[in-house]
Amino acid sequence: MPALWRSTFVLVMVLLAISRPSLASEDTGNGTENTITTLPIVIWKWEEIHFPYLVALWVLVSWLCKLVFQLNPCLTRVIPESGLLICIGWVLGGIIYGADKVQTFRLQPFTFFFYLLPQIVLDAGYSMPNKLFFGNLGAILVYAVIGTCWNAATLGLALWGCWLGGAMGNIDTGLLQLLLFGSLIAAVDPVAVIAVFEEVHVNEVLYILVFGESLLNDGVTVVLFNVFDAFVSLGGAQIDAVEIIKGIISFFVVAVGGSLVGVVFALLISLLTRCTKNIQIIEPGFIFVLGYLSYLTAEMLSLSAILSCTFCGVCCQKYINANMDERSVSTVRSTMKVFANGSETIIFVFLGISAIDPSIWVWNTAFILLTLLFIFVFRFIGVFLLTWILNQYRLVPLDFIDQLVMGYGGLRGAVAYGLVLLLDENKYKEKKLMISTTLIVVYFTVMLQGITMKPLVTWLKVKRAAVSERTLAEKIQNRTFDHMLVAIEDISGQIGDNYMRDKWNNFEEKWLYWLLMTPIARKSCDPIFNIFHKLNIKDATSYVKEGERRGSLAFVRNESKADVDFNKKFGADFSEMMPYIMTENMGPDHVPVSSILRDSVPSVCLDMHEQDLKMRESEDFDAHHLLQQHLYKGRKQHRHRYSRKHLEVNKDEHEVQEIFQRTMRSRLESFKSAKMGVAPPKKISKHLKKDQPQKVREAYTFSSFPLFSEGDSASGCEAAGGSFPMRAYRGAGIVNPAFMAEMDTMDPMPPMQQIPSWLAEAEVDSSNMVPSQRAQLTLPWTPSNLRRLAPLCLSTHSNDSFLLADSPATQEGISELPPPPPPQDGQGQGTHK
Amino acid sequence: MNWPLYVTPAHIVRLYDRFEALDKEKTGHLRPQDFGAINRLAMNPIGDRIIGAFFSPGQETVDFHSFVRILAHFRPADKKHPKDPSMPEPVNSRTSKLKFAFQLYDQDKDGKISRAELLQVLRSMLEMQVTEEQLESIADRTIQEADLDKDDAISFEEFRKSLEKVNIDHKMSIRFLR
Repeated sequence: MPALWRSTFVLVMVLLAISRPSLASEDTGNGTENTITTLPIVIWKWEEIHFPYLVALWVLVSWLCKLVFQLNPCLTRVIPESGLLICIGWVLGGIIYGADKVQTFRLQPFTFFFYLLPQIVLDAGYSMPNKLFFGNLGAILVYAVIGTCWNAATLGLALWGCWLGGAMGNIDTGLLQLLLFGSLIAAVDPVAVIAVFEEVHVNEVLYILVFGESLLNDGVTVVLFNVFDAFVSLGGAQIDAVEIIKGIISFFVVAVGGSLVGVVFALLISLLTRCTKNIQIIEPGFIFVLGYLSYLTAEMLSLSAILSCTFCGVCCQKYINANMDERSVSTVRSTMKVFANGSETIIFVFLGISAIDPSIWVWNTAFILLTLLFIFVFRFIGVFLLTWILNQYRLVPLDFIDQLVMGYGGLRGAVAYGLVLLLDENKYKEKKLMISTTLIVVYFTVMLQGITMKPLVTWLKVKRAAVSERTLAEKIQNRTFDHMLVAIEDISGQIGDNYMRDKWNNFEEKWLYWLLMTPIARKSCDPIFNIFHKLNIKDATSYVKEGERRGSLAFVRNESKADVDFNKKFGADFSEMMPYIMTENMGPDHVPVSSILRDSVPSVCLDMHEQDLKMRESEDFDAHHLLQQHLYKGRKQHRHRYSRKHLEVNKDEHEVQEIFQRTMRSRLESFKSAKMGVAPPKKISKHLKKDQPQKVREAYTFSSFPLFSEGDSASGCEAAGGSFPMRAYRGAGIVNPAFMAEMDTMDPMPPMQQIPSWLAEAEVDSSNMVPSQRAQLTLPWTPSNLRRLAPLCLSTHSNDSFLLADSPATQEGISELPPPPPPQDGQGQGTHK
Repeated sequence: MNWPLYVTPAHIVRLYDRFEALDKEKTGHLRPQDFGAINRLAMNPIGDRIIGAFFSPGQETVDFHSFVRILAHFRPADKKHPKDPSMPEPVNSRTSKLKFAFQLYDQDKDGKISRAELLQVLRSMLEMQVTEEQLESIADRTIQEADLDKDDAISFEEFRKSLEKVNIDHKMSIRFLR
């Protein structure tokens, strides 16, 4: 506490010292020039530099305020930071006013909108969890657009009704002015929401809904503000249907136009980061400049600037994170946070200071109280109504408690204050009243609702963000669920959300990655390598810490009995993919230290168990990491991966190929073991076993597959795929000893550098095989096609070759039923795969 | 045929269209090969297991009734109507969904997920780079975490308990089946 008082005292002194000379300098004016009579050694140059000096000083003072109340941590637990900053602003404002008798420092709208707001919005967009955002975009838009319009309309109309009823006494206003006031105060404020919700940690869906709404409602606010402002200028008489229609059109133009501007700038940023490999020093700067330009460009075109900046950040984050060097990425992240947080602090402090100014205060109890009441009531009504409608369509409906928190979280903030300051005094006689009301509303929502938010959330037992570490079983099971859902959606053939997203992912991979990402980034876009890399770094740091604790890192080398040569084990492919690991984490033998540890721990784990508890813990650590890095990501998984810290995962064509090969192989295996009378591991083979006498006949029905599939427009690509399993089952009942022998030697888990053996067989055998007549007719996959498939599995090219291989299949479809296969045909077909 | 509230009539119509589209032979039954024709399923690591789940033990074909019944597992649970204790457990309740998931692991239907069965699933879901030892250590740790009666296998109750924090209804529901 003494420290608190000491620092406050210092602050106050500094402020007094500054305010005195500033006022003094303004008083004495700039006109007089003193003629010098002797050489001055030191001159007091206040007039020349007072502007930047004051700016810097105010920034410093605002940020120091944060320090002040950090000294008393229990205070921050009760009152949110934003509230405390406003309080300090009051104190400072009081001091300045006391010194100068006039409020010299106020939050000017221009400063706010052009120097303080853009970085907050850019940061919001850049760190937005995209999958969550786009997953809930429908709900967010409903709340942002319809909700804000509802709030504005009801508030304006209610106030107008009360004014007509005479509750407010004699104020010079009208319906349009009240509607304008309603529209500017109706919007939920992103700055306030960030400030309060970040400290409360509600579950992610709730957070993204409120946060997304606060960002996207700017489109509506800007339009409503401009429309009503124009209407007030035109006068009530000139408003007819045309003007109203123009108003509606302007909404679409402003909102969509703003977003488009943002997307264009996002593209520019991504393209730019693609080329800045050699100027990594200044690379992060481009993001800020271009982000700011997107804001300004939209503002210049009178489109929605906040929307533009948001979408710029949202769209470019993935590509620039992939393109830029890690250091640049972390620089960008940290700097954004500094700017955003700094701006927020300054805004709240000045919101407090601006209040201490008697010249703006006009008190009309009824107006203020009614506004507060109506804001509250109509917000809740709006949220409940809209959620009720949305719940008819949502998979996971929002429950009552979440709705309550959402309604309560409708905080108003500095944006409303900035907008009200922009009003023209001549048109709006009651501007001062509106300013006062806005300030009161802002204080009420930020302070009161901010303070009571946390207790409310705890009391209502709102689902909080999950922080607990999931068990292994949960992790595996979650992944199983994802795969399951994807499979069920495929089986039931319904185009769900997954279908559209799948299409988007395909489009993205095919075009956007090629356009916007450097080749290296494209290759290492694999989720596995990124997470593996990050985990390696994490491992390495923890081992270093352990080493420092124990004196040196020698313990690692001594206890790891296996000295794994990383290169040999994983082949050249790996080193190409992970240049960072190769170059940065070099151990003494030019082998990545962490990979030694990673590989060696499991193989010596049996010994470790008895010896060292620490090692056992790292093995547990290991199992989680192994799962994390190696579990196949299902298609749906790619979309719902939300974490501010980890990079996004994308579809891994390697993974897809691996799974596909394995599935085909297992089908073939089960098929083969069924033939041999061996008890099969899979259920499907059980059926085939019973079907043995009919197999030959069934082979025919399969071969007619392409015929029917071609006509089926809905499953166009199924035709190509359909030919695959068909071929797996064809050749039933045909004994091919060469084929059998090869299958027996097949290793179920081939190490990575081998060509999967079933493909190798195809290559080997196709050379001495003469394709039979039937094979040429019925095999959609000729040996040449097969050979084309083989390199596909080892390369990381996009699945273009897959598609390429697909299309000839459908085109070569037969038009007639094939004749029964003579026994020697088995030779040709047994080698396919 | 008794259709005890599996899905709504609108769903039945859509699912029947799908059933017919899959049933190329027009036999009125689906066989594994019909499922195998779905291209994207082959790219699913547990695709074959899911296909297998449609077939009751001993059966080689799936008729429309069973098709709908299995898919009905993925309906979001109906929170509005309270559970009627006299009626059998609805197909999309949390327990039924968990049982469905359990069966995917427990291929031999002995009511327990043995270490070998878990290994099989893990192997199919993890990439080929993962070595046997690593797989085994993961399987061991998983069983260690979940196995309460120390019989080196996971029974249904243990399975259910290990997933009590997971929102099964959300994780195992398809929107269109609402």
